Amino acid sequence: MNNQFELPGSYKKWTWGLIGVGVLALLYGFIMLHPFEHAAPGSGDHSSTRFWAVLLQNSVYWLLVVNASMFFICVTTMAMGGWQVALRRVPEAISSVVPILGIVTFLVLMAIVWGGHTDIYIWLDKSVVAKDAILKGKSGFLNPKFFTIWSAIAIVMWWLLGRKMRSLSLESDKNGAMDYETGKKWIWKNTVWASLYTVFFGLSVASTIPWLWLMSIDAHWYSTMYSWYTFASTFVSGMSLIALFVIFLKNRGQLEYVTEEHLHDVGKFMFAFSVFWTYLWFSQYMLIWYSNQPEETKYFIERVGTAAKPGPYNGLFFLNLILNFLCPLLILMKRGVKRNWTLVTVMAVLIIFGHWIDFYQMVMPGTMKDHAEMMPFEFGVAAFFIGLIMWGVGRFLTRHPLTPKNHPFLKESMIHHT
Amino acid sequence: MAGGIKKFVVGSFDDEAVLFPAVKNVRKAGYKIHDVYTPFPVHGLDHAMGLRETSIHTAGFIYAITGTTTALTFMSWVFTKDWPLNIGGKPHFALPAWVPITFELTVLFSAVGMVLTFCYLCQLSPFVKKHHFHARATDDLFVMAIECTEKTDDAELQSFLQKAGATEINIQHAETGWWIGRYDREQKLYRDEKGY
Repeated sequence: MNNQFELPGSYKKWTWGLIGVGVLALLYGFIMLHPFEHAAPGSGDHSSTRFWAVLLQNSVYWLLVVNASMFFICVTTMAMGGWQVALRRVPEAISSVVPILGIVTFLVLMAIVWGGHTDIYIWLDKSVVAKDAILKGKSGFLNPKFFTIWSAIAIVMWWLLGRKMRSLSLESDKNGAMDYETGKKWIWKNTVWASLYTVFFGLSVASTIPWLWLMSIDAHWYSTMYSWYTFASTFVSGMSLIALFVIFLKNRGQLEYVTEEHLHDVGKFMFAFSVFWTYLWFSQYMLIWYSNQPEETKYFIERVGTAAKPGPYNGLFFLNLILNFLCPLLILMKRGVKRNWTLVTVMAVLIIFGHWIDFYQMVMPGTMKDHAEMMPFEFGVAAFFIGLIMWGVGRFLTRHPLTPKNHPFLKESMIHHT
Repeated sequence: MAGGIKKFVVGSFDDEAVLFPAVKNVRKAGYKIHDVYTPFPVHGLDHAMGLRETSIHTAGFIYAITGTTTALTFMSWVFTKDWPLNIGGKPHFALPAWVPITFELTVLFSAVGMVLTFCYLCQLSPFVKKHHFHARATDDLFVMAIECTEKTDDAELQSFLQKAGATEINIQHAETGWWIGRYDREQKLYRDEKGY
């Protein structure tokens, strides 16, 4: 069994090409967008805001996407799932990028918060907060110290707990086949660590972290759906990313136990969570539309505008729904499509791009107002993060066997039938 | 609606692991399997029997879009033409408010439609009767019914099944379709009619 993977030259070329493009984009940003100068209010200069807003959008999006892989491993472990074992090393590899993207994200967040970027987070401005009853009420939560500490704890915990899950899995390669008792103990140990991760995931990704990092851009506004919405967005993209790497490895003659049956199940996740995302998108939209409170509708008026005067994000707002709801719903619905390697690849790319757009329209209206741009710089920064992910995943895949051959549930995965 | 009386060679198996190769060999030998009756859904048996993929999901999709269309057309007609009401100052054509109902009707049409279609395809309905090849097919036996044509050599087929691992083999003349009524009365009628 060919269990050891070597990166093909084209993969390395793409990795370094994308990182190269990203570095060029960042250099352009550092030189042309003056990220460390604060434009005078009312001067109409948005270049510094643009630099940090784009970095915020991309770093948070890609970090949460790779982090979703570890969430996938943990919930399938807790559910005693067996089908995913044949492809389990792929989400493990993707989650190994969490510390790398975590550091990048943390640096970006710290630069924004301690650099006093009130154009991104209005609650950083002490004089505004002092005069503002709503922001004053939230200042116990929205302040630089708490932001820094909690962001650091979240990233470190994702990294440490994820690393524990990965090391447990890699341990099984070294120790040889397990007998019933050892296997039972090992599965139990996995379950305990997986549940710790999941609890912390609930406290961070599914609640506080999106409030701090994204929702606080529109500091006066709040939605109880927001974190779930962010989670759904990144989880469906995370499943798509897993699908892409599985298909890539399968094309390279690896992962011999992965069949159409496994692809079908990954495809089901992509389909189901696209619908779940839409459910949350709609619930957030409909309740605000229905109750029609000015402090709530503000969020959507910034995006869609009004019937009389459509806003600048109008097109993106509806493109978001087409890419992330209509396309997955209508295309991924059929069984044959979820079992088709080419179509799942196309849909995975579409979903990842669609949710990148989703994050774009979450970050930009509150920061760039009417001046958002989608130029090579925006895509260049995205290329930088994709390149980093490819580099990290490639590193993990070449260092470890691709099938956890001593996993007690491997047989269940091999004979998996949907 | 009787489908006509046909002759069957019926083999019963007491093990799933014996059944699979038996199905494969019977098909390979060119015999026509009428159906295999199992006490529980057996994974992969449909594939082994060479049954085509079900199209019930296509039917489900059609029922679903029928539900969507029904909900949207009805609500637009009611709220914009028939009885326009001012509800909280919202526009008469209040699409977001209709989405939940549209969704519910989509699901309802699709679910009910698929259940009824499934029952129709399986000929399941109150009072409808079908021939049982073996009473224990609902308990612990896997029952394979092979249809006999003029060319089928019964004796050869029976020994073939024996070799394939069948525990119990017999020949039955049975109604292939369904009928409305009671088992005893109907079966007696057939016996009288055909003189078995």
